[in-house]
Amino acid sequence: MGLFYTYLGAVDLGLIWGFLALGVYITFRLLDIADLTVDGSFATGGAVCAVCVLNGIHPILAILASIIAGFIAGAITGLLHTKCKIPAILAGILTQIGLYSINLRIMGGRANLPLTTANTLFNDIATSLNINKYYVTFIIAILFVMVFIAILYWFFGTELGSSLRATGNSEQMARSLGINTDTMKLLGLMISNGLVGLSGALNALYGQATDVRVGTGAIVIALASIVIGEVILSSKKNNFALSLASIVVGSIIYRIIVAIVLQMGLNTDDLKILTAILVAIALTIPVILGKRRQISTYKKLTGKEIDKNA
Amino acid sequence: MLKLEKVSKTFNLGTVNEKKVLHEINLELEEGDFVTIIGGNGAGKSTLLNMISGLYPMDCGVITLDGEDISLQPEYQRAKKIGRLFQDPMLGTASEMQILENLALAKRRGKHRGLSWGVSKSEKEEYYELVKSLNLGLENRLTTKVGLLSGGQRQAVTLLMATLQKPKLLLLDEHTAALDPATSAKVLSLTEKIVNEQNLTAMMVTHNMKDAIDIGNRLIMMYDGHIIYDVRGEEKHNLKVSDLLKKFEEASGEEFVNDRMLLG
Repeated sequence: MGLFYTYLGAVDLGLIWGFLALGVYITFRLLDIADLTVDGSFATGGAVCAVCVLNGIHPILAILASIIAGFIAGAITGLLHTKCKIPAILAGILTQIGLYSINLRIMGGRANLPLTTANTLFNDIATSLNINKYYVTFIIAILFVMVFIAILYWFFGTELGSSLRATGNSEQMARSLGINTDTMKLLGLMISNGLVGLSGALNALYGQATDVRVGTGAIVIALASIVIGEVILSSKKNNFALSLASIVVGSIIYRIIVAIVLQMGLNTDDLKILTAILVAIALTIPVILGKRRQISTYKKLTGKEIDKNA
Repeated sequence: MLKLEKVSKTFNLGTVNEKKVLHEINLELEEGDFVTIIGGNGAGKSTLLNMISGLYPMDCGVITLDGEDISLQPEYQRAKKIGRLFQDPMLGTASEMQILENLALAKRRGKHRGLSWGVSKSEKEEYYELVKSLNLGLENRLTTKVGLLSGGQRQAVTLLMATLQKPKLLLLDEHTAALDPATSAKVLSLTEKIVNEQNLTAMMVTHNMKDAIDIGNRLIMMYDGHIIYDVRGEEKHNLKVSDLLKKFEEASGEEFVNDRMLLG
């Protein structure tokens, strides 16, 4: 049973960190911006939520506050990028670095905050219903995921959402059709970091603690989830809701992989290098496969020609 | 309709690469004018169009469109009144989005973009008929991503997009230059048809002198950042390619040696 809970816990964590991956997907894939704000805004989400629940605010309101904090973090990167014309990567890094100090301020100068005394949603519901916490988290997280995928699916189908996608896909076209591409980038970065803030908040509630360094490497974990999700979906028909769902599935698979390697005795300190290697391999595989396919097609077709002429 | 007063542009101002591409251009277009613009490479044709569309800011001068001073407006704001086609067929459409979605984005040029659906049901039927009129067989592939279309097909779709919401001014920057001769002719005749049907005011940069003479009611020749020849109506239609070459030699004092313009 212990092993089962280990893996259910991994699934829970995958769902919670799935919001992070969804947020990064919006900037990385839809807007074609590599936004490094997320390492900071994930921790901000956790910090804001932690401080809220410690002050007796209901966890749902605390989550909302974290989403708003994420919006603000995204807006700062967006303004640095669009108004000050700072390259997106650098704008994200500046916000991320700045947020480290801000996060410490929010947490009252402490590097970590335990939430064992506060209402952390998952635990309290589990206790009051007398169900295991892992199940409760699973159900709540699934509900959250479904609601947010539905909202995102709707939003990116609207006029505004289409304009945002057009900006990421063909900026020159978007402007020539009267779309204010700067506003769209700003909006995209805000929505993205709002989701990241949400993810950070849920992570803090679930872990009943938050740390100022919790977001370190978050961007890489998000990319791993996106890449894994895209590999799963690669052969399927293209549907936006399905793409979003596959990213959350990618996040879950990532957590299961982590759980397996930890089970096999990997030192937790080595997790980050493992993740980095995983992402690098996942990004390389399609390139190698494509090249092999091209060479085998070439050999097949050229071979036939030579046979014919022989 | 469109009025340019003393519009100038210098690239790389104050460096060794300084190049004055537009010298105090004055130009006025009447409503319904279809102007073709010719000239050698570096004459300032594209820059002139880019000044009007606001792709990059001009150094000085005033541009008035439909009674409104647009000199300092950003590109996206001017786009509310201006339809554009680029030389690169990839620039005018979003490759990862469906034909339908591209058209729907264009339909909302100059309109508020809110939270209603990006493509409404009634639009789909409208676009079906519209795309059918292109005679490219694309009407049954409306949900295909534009990236899967050929350059010519994309340019035809872009032409629809630029004129879906009737623009005050249509800017065509060598929009057939990247296409093969047959496709180019098709897109060009389509351009003429749409401009005539909607009675649009348009400017078209071309390297093909014959097209420049045959199409539109007015012709402008540019050289080294100046408009050196401006002809309209009957006089324009009676022009021959040889006349244009002579005109160019007179104005520039050099021979017009550009195979692309002679053979085109």
